[in-house]
Amino acid sequence: MTEEIIIAGFGGQGVLSMGKILAYSGVMQNQEVSWFPSYGPEMRGGTANVTVIVSDNRISSPILNQYDTAIILNQQSLDKFESCVKPGGVLLYDPNGIANPPTRKDIKIYKVEGTEEATKMGNAKTFNMIVLGGFLKIKPIVKMENVQKGLEKSLPERHHKLIPLNLQAIKKGMEVVEEVK
Amino acid sequence: MGELKLMKGNEVIAHAAMRCGCDGYFGYPITPQSEVMETLMLKKPWETTGMVVLQAESEVASINMVYAGASCGKKVMTSSSSPGVSLMQEGITYIAGAELPCLLVNVVRGGPGLGTIQPAQSDYYQTCKGGGHGDYNLIVLAPASVQEMNDFVDLGFELAFKYRNPAMILSDGAIGQMMEKVELSDFKPRWTDEEIQKISGSWATTGKTADREQHIITSLELDSESMEKINHRIQAKYRKMEEEEVRYEEIQCEDAEYIFVAYGSSSRICQKSIEIARAKGIKVGLLRPITLFPYPTKAIAKLAERVKGMLSVEMSAGQMVDDVRLAVNGKIPVEHFGRLGGIIPTPDEIVEALEQKIIGGK
Repeated sequence: MTEEIIIAGFGGQGVLSMGKILAYSGVMQNQEVSWFPSYGPEMRGGTANVTVIVSDNRISSPILNQYDTAIILNQQSLDKFESCVKPGGVLLYDPNGIANPPTRKDIKIYKVEGTEEATKMGNAKTFNMIVLGGFLKIKPIVKMENVQKGLEKSLPERHHKLIPLNLQAIKKGMEVVEEVK
Repeated sequence: MGELKLMKGNEVIAHAAMRCGCDGYFGYPITPQSEVMETLMLKKPWETTGMVVLQAESEVASINMVYAGASCGKKVMTSSSSPGVSLMQEGITYIAGAELPCLLVNVVRGGPGLGTIQPAQSDYYQTCKGGGHGDYNLIVLAPASVQEMNDFVDLGFELAFKYRNPAMILSDGAIGQMMEKVELSDFKPRWTDEEIQKISGSWATTGKTADREQHIITSLELDSESMEKINHRIQAKYRKMEEEEVRYEEIQCEDAEYIFVAYGSSSRICQKSIEIARAKGIKVGLLRPITLFPYPTKAIAKLAERVKGMLSVEMSAGQMVDDVRLAVNGKIPVEHFGRLGGIIPTPDEIVEALEQKIIGGK
């Protein structure tokens, strides 16, 4: 199994940390992983993206131009990366703020109302975990117990009290993700 | 060896330094390598191993602090990125001239000038063909993974002390910024004064005792006859390195008709290009130099006897390709492909370049 993923959105949305939690979850089940961020002069409100690869085998290139899955969190990223999903691949997006939704017919398109559900949960910061939950429902490449371990590893100890909330958000994402036909 | 961690290449350099018994790190922040000093400052090794971590007022100061620490037989290092390493060149040639061991890390970004903060490999000439003035070489290690960022810190110090010559880890923004699984080395204690005496006591300025002559550390020798002798001695070390320290990796070269030559992050991308090309029926392999000096000239020359062409893939306008051509010596076509200014080539672009420049070009 090799899953090549791009996660892209605004800086401050938790794009990089979502990728890190996913990558650490892979480490926890003894897989090979890589996490390669765009590290330009990004800032809150600018664009940010990260390439995450989780594989059973040695990873060749950590830098790619075609992906099995694109997780898209804003319009600019959708415009940039829709064409980079491999035929038969997956595009998962949060429709909040998307004026021109994806149009490709040769890939599977899913949406997850991350922004809306995070607001309902009363904590906007859980947004990225809701989206991650949506992804893990479509592609259960890492086990939930390893996601929990991944959270423990990637969050500093002082934030460990937030792990149950994050897990709850992941479960919510799994419930609300839906295929767009 | 211990637990598997997920870390950035730059963070790993810092952890490896603390674990290999490094005595001092002197640096100045610059993207994309600032996490090295940030991690050291966060971990405060001066409270545990006694390692000194100091932010100098500039790269010029930091390399001269390294010069001073190295003179005392201490394990000292610095890290920077391209423009900062340019500032260090005077100090680096002095250290090479004074025959001192130290570890330098360059997390290369796109140039020339201040350029960009994105990954590049355009400092190959500076690193392998001089940089500073005079006839000297650095021992150059090119990591292609976060694990090798760990491994090459210890190896770099080992080679630097073995040859009394500065060693450089030539990395780039991609390897520095990306996270991969890494197994950090076990902790080694810093050398004691007695150990330094044993290892470097014949030359280091450890404090003159009544039973020995002064040790003078300098790169200055105004008598030309003596200076030529020093040069010959230094050159003899380089010839020995060329015999004994060449390191490289061959990937899918056994049945290859074409060869990519690439180091660092380019070599990783080439491995994906190999998958793509082989799916199309193109038999291509990869020679990855691990030491850029000494260069795997003989290994490339040997491959040139049985393959049809080579493509040197670098994030530069074509620098290492010179060394590939020298090794191949006109036997087969050698071309270069690269992107400039911080753009990372895609695996598909590399395959296309192989098809157009080498396969179609013959």
